[in-house]
Amino acid sequence: MSDPVSLTDHPVQEASSTPPAPGRSRHLSDRWLTVAFISPALLLLLAMSVFPLLWALYLSFTDYSATRGGPATFVWFENFTAILTSAQVHLRAFTTLLYVVGAVTLQTVLGFSIAYLISRRVRGRGVLTTLFLVPMMLSPVVVGLFWRFMLDAQFGVINSMLGSIGLGQVEWLTKQNTALISLIVVDTWQWTPFIMLIALAGLTAVPKYLYEAASIDRASEWFRFRTITLPLVWPLLLIAVLFRAIEAFRLFDLVYILTSGGPGVSTETLSFHVYKVAFLGFNTGTASAYGILMVLIVIVLAQLYMRYLNKLKED
Amino acid sequence: MAVSVNEAVSAGPARDRTPPARRRRGRGRAVVETATLTVLAAVMLFPVLWMIETSIKENRDVYAIPAKFFDFTVTLDHFKDVFVASGGGPTTLSGSFLNSVIVAGVSTVLATVLGVPAAWAYSRFSVKAKKDQLFFILSTRFMPPVVVVIPIFLMYRQVGLFDTKLGLILIYTAFNVPFTIWMMKGFVDEVPAEYEDAAMLDGYTRLQAFWKFTLPLLLPGIAATAVFALIFSWNEFVFAIFLTSSDAVRTAPPAIAGLIGGTTVDWGLVAAASIVFALPVLIFSYLVRKHLVAGVTLGAVRR
Repeated sequence: MSDPVSLTDHPVQEASSTPPAPGRSRHLSDRWLTVAFISPALLLLLAMSVFPLLWALYLSFTDYSATRGGPATFVWFENFTAILTSAQVHLRAFTTLLYVVGAVTLQTVLGFSIAYLISRRVRGRGVLTTLFLVPMMLSPVVVGLFWRFMLDAQFGVINSMLGSIGLGQVEWLTKQNTALISLIVVDTWQWTPFIMLIALAGLTAVPKYLYEAASIDRASEWFRFRTITLPLVWPLLLIAVLFRAIEAFRLFDLVYILTSGGPGVSTETLSFHVYKVAFLGFNTGTASAYGILMVLIVIVLAQLYMRYLNKLKED
Repeated sequence: MAVSVNEAVSAGPARDRTPPARRRRGRGRAVVETATLTVLAAVMLFPVLWMIETSIKENRDVYAIPAKFFDFTVTLDHFKDVFVASGGGPTTLSGSFLNSVIVAGVSTVLATVLGVPAAWAYSRFSVKAKKDQLFFILSTRFMPPVVVVIPIFLMYRQVGLFDTKLGLILIYTAFNVPFTIWMMKGFVDEVPAEYEDAAMLDGYTRLQAFWKFTLPLLLPGIAATAVFALIFSWNEFVFAIFLTSSDAVRTAPPAIAGLIGGTTVDWGLVAAASIVFALPVLIFSYLVRKHLVAGVTLGAVRR
């Protein structure tokens, strides 16, 4: 931040020795200011985030359909039991789990490795970091479209390169078992820079004297990494991983653009399935119940995230 | 202070003074490390380069098998096609870019106007259950968009906000406010409250002290925060596709995604449109690179 305004001739102590009468009125006006400044933002969030979720909660107990219209009748927990016992939903949950675990693990390993390599460099770090960050800033639409072109079975550049080194063609997006892998690869390409950026922030915050002390003790490189680098970077890395896990769990756009859930239902994640139930099947009640269950999972993950965030801030 | 890319450049694990025998092994290792980094950087950047190449290739080179890496004819036709229709008028795509500018711009201004004062109040005053409030605010941002869009869709249909720019602006403002509050709270925390106390001793009210002394110091932070909010709204896809239906309202992301709807896809045009769409984002994110860590974690991580 920039430097102080020219008010330094007022010592700080004077602020606390104000006479009581103006102090009280100031306190009152502070209260008023707080309410006036915070409530517009909170009201907007209540109207646009909380109210819709409450409405969804209400709908989840009914058989409402957005196209059929008419009054909604209460079916209570029927929607929830239907979803929780549906084999279709279990399959989507499994796909989502595979995708989240696969993508986040790959991103973490790759991102941390790149950050570690960059942090050991003397020259060219700024340029390298900037270049590595490009994919993260692109819209998922652009990323999805572009990879769809590159992974095209006929004229995609990936197959063309595979062909030139003598390997066969792969139907990346149109075969059951490769489609999910492609999705994971594309997500990894886009979000490895995210983990890298945060890991790099952690790595560069490790105090130099720790390494110097360790090298005086002739500690091995691996020992230094295990006992100094990792414990100090870990808390920050964990936050990055949780953040990515939440994002991956609620991912929709990349699936929509890259595979539209296909072939078959092999890349249908929970998010995508909710969309199909809500906007193609128009079972609004069921979709709401489905959505509420997803929100519950996100809340649990977000709580975890915030707990670690708090811990990091307190240290 | 937020960790910045620039800081990341200057400090780091020390390269210690190693004895000569170990240094030779160290040099071999450095070569391996440099090579690995170069390969990784090439892999990361290749799709972007390929997109740029595709956008300036003639159509027959775009679909060439095997792919042409170097010897192709350069043309700017695809970029022309993004903006100028075959008849001569502006394309629907260029209209959607304009919509994007309006929606992203207005929602960013609104989020800033609502978020900055709230951030200041949260930073300066004691608020009941402040931590819980702040966490609640951030958690609204974590909700899956596909889930939120279902009731929002019904709500908008009811009040006539469906397929309007105002509807998109409102929802984008709502998802940028949590970010603005968290990000700006960090910046406000860095400005000592004593400045305001001192100004109030001079006879200014609290509000005047905020306006005249704190706000000017916050301007760089506000600018950075607004740029991130702009990028988030600009890139947003889920709300944009479900809450709009006509070309007159549609923003660029769903419009570009719509280019692959038909049986044949003009990939040169898709590439050119994607570049036109992504270029402002890249320029803006370069401008705020110092605050990238805070920005991409929604203002939560800063050191």
